[in-house]
Amino acid sequence: MKHLISVLVENKFGTLNRVAAMFSARGFNLESISIGETEDAEVSRMTIVTRGEDRIISQVLKQLNRLVDTIKVTDLTHQPHVERELLLMSLKLTKTAQHEIFELINVFKGKVVDIKQKSITIEVIGSPDKINTAIDLFRPFGIRELARSGAVAIHRGEN
Amino acid sequence: MHEQGQKLNGSEIFFECLRRENVEYIFGYPGGALLKVYETLHEVKDIKHILVRHEQGATHMAEGYARATGRPGVVLVTSGPGATNTVTGISNAYMDSTPMVVFTGQVPSTLIGNDAFQEADIVGITRPITKHNFLVKDVRELAATIRKAFFLATTGRPGPVLVDMPKDVLNAECSFEWPDSVDIRGYKPTVKCHMNQVQKAAKMIAKAKRPLFYIGGGVITADASEELRQIAMAQNIPVTMTLQGLGAFPGDHPLSMGMLGMHGTFWANQAVNNCDLLIAVGARFDDRVTGKIDTFATQAFKIHNDIDPTNVDKNIKVDLPVVGDAKDFLASILTELPKNHEDRSAWIAQIMAWQEQCPMTYADEGDSLKTEFVIDEVSKQTAGRAVVVTDVGQHQMWTAQYYKFTEPRSIITSGGLGTMGFGLPASIGAAFGVTDRPVVLFCGDGGLMMNIQEMVTAVHNKVPIKIFLINNSYLGMVRQWQELFHKEKYSFTDLEESNPDFVKLAEAFGCRAVSARTPDEARIAIREALAYNDGPTFVEFRVIRKDMVFPMVPAGGSISDMLLARLNPKTMV
Repeated sequence: MKHLISVLVENKFGTLNRVAAMFSARGFNLESISIGETEDAEVSRMTIVTRGEDRIISQVLKQLNRLVDTIKVTDLTHQPHVERELLLMSLKLTKTAQHEIFELINVFKGKVVDIKQKSITIEVIGSPDKINTAIDLFRPFGIRELARSGAVAIHRGEN
Repeated sequence: MHEQGQKLNGSEIFFECLRRENVEYIFGYPGGALLKVYETLHEVKDIKHILVRHEQGATHMAEGYARATGRPGVVLVTSGPGATNTVTGISNAYMDSTPMVVFTGQVPSTLIGNDAFQEADIVGITRPITKHNFLVKDVRELAATIRKAFFLATTGRPGPVLVDMPKDVLNAECSFEWPDSVDIRGYKPTVKCHMNQVQKAAKMIAKAKRPLFYIGGGVITADASEELRQIAMAQNIPVTMTLQGLGAFPGDHPLSMGMLGMHGTFWANQAVNNCDLLIAVGARFDDRVTGKIDTFATQAFKIHNDIDPTNVDKNIKVDLPVVGDAKDFLASILTELPKNHEDRSAWIAQIMAWQEQCPMTYADEGDSLKTEFVIDEVSKQTAGRAVVVTDVGQHQMWTAQYYKFTEPRSIITSGGLGTMGFGLPASIGAAFGVTDRPVVLFCGDGGLMMNIQEMVTAVHNKVPIKIFLINNSYLGMVRQWQELFHKEKYSFTDLEESNPDFVKLAEAFGCRAVSARTPDEARIAIREALAYNDGPTFVEFRVIRKDMVFPMVPAGGSISDMLLARLNPKTMV
């Protein structure tokens, strides 16, 4: 099944390569990986989406922990968490489809970030599932270009 | 000796750090990016530099030294090709968990990424084959980085660490600051075993009717042989060992089952199949040990102690994992074990019966020389006390089968990677580390040629290794598989026409050399070689060409389906 893993790593050159190379060397699935600085400038957070049966996921977590530059590895899958992905997508804009496109943007609580006579660029934020659905529904209008950020995730706060 | 706070250049800092890590030997080769280091080295008298003839040789020597002594091996090579030549040796050390620190020169940091002369991204290249690696970008980070490198290489599950040092960093000056301690926040190996798990394990051991120790190299690394011996003897538990674990338990003791796995003894593999408790310590359930996983030790409750959590449940699902150092595990077991235990005499008798059914014996072939005889004879003449280094192939398996290892740190062999060419340089490194025991190398005619240039290093430094060349003029193990599994298509494994005259070759290097063709000649040649200590000595044994190593479990087969053929005709089934 799908797993969402959050990894705190040393913010050093080569760390992303170490993690990605470990996945490929050991034949683990790597669906998406995103990385950025945290509140501590020396630490980055990686959010990794992977798939596998429990035995494989257990190896993934242990192999991640084994890397010297990883500080903390958390499998968020079965813990309360918030997961978001950003979609940027440019669509063909035609008079006939214009109305429907704007309706769909509203449905997905998206935003128009750029609009020209023949094209419209929108952003949608949500879970990767929501992003998948959005792409499916916008596809008939003609996608010119598309970029996904990969998932980022953190724990939900405590009471 | 330099002091804390003194102004030094990068090269001086480099040697001062090695001094503080108590480094005795560096195995190295100079080059453009290291000119400053070798300029400084000229005045260094307390650290000995051994000049090799190929950087791969340096890495295997460092590994031989590390495996023989338990201390980290140190390698120093230049940038580009010097660095890339270390890749096989680093990979070998990584697979066999050997502590090693490899220092590479690098082009000046301003040129990195410009495809400069002798530039290679060695940090990128070695990331998957090192425990960790570093590129030092500022001379002020050099001392702390070297300290970290030694710490990482030698703690937890040991392994190779690489430090890449650009030329300008080695020239630049700063005040020397040696850190008091090392703290790497993402690196906290579990040394101490969880007491609950240990207590559970002790209970299982005491009540098992048919227990078996399955011992790997981790027990030798952790220096836990004594604890193992005490438990096995007090509790009457038989011990089988992996290739790297040989010597952890005395091979001449009745409880020793010898090696298990593909070329292990019949009775060790039968014991694995029939035990009710398997206690794996410092071993990793390698495919050469388990054969077909579904049929491995199916009746057994499995306890697995290893310092590396990734080894647990990687190949085989175990019932009781205990992460931690092998010495801590065995010492804790020893204190937790009740005095009374199950009667195991029936189990031991059963194993003895398997042993009689299919003993490790070899035929007398008259005047023809068998490798088993050569190894058996060396074992007898050294009373099992030599440091034995091997290369890779048939002779390696025969060594594991017929040399009676009695002490830990006695076998130095390329187990994980299976690197042909490992033996000669590794034996040289071992002999620098160990001077009170003979260092014996068994090597095939294929592997010897892969690092033959290091004969120069052995001769020049008068290293008293005994080079025992097992010459069948075949790539024997590949030939064996071709005969058994590949329709006898002997593609490119017959070296007879292309091999050099090895005695003349050894003599050309300045090495004393003889050839032996019969058991009588072999006996005398071995005696003379063991008595000669003024430098290396070389004996070529012209052995029967087409002998095969048995018993054997075909790759991927169940260990209950061993091929016993040719081992002992009376037991052929």
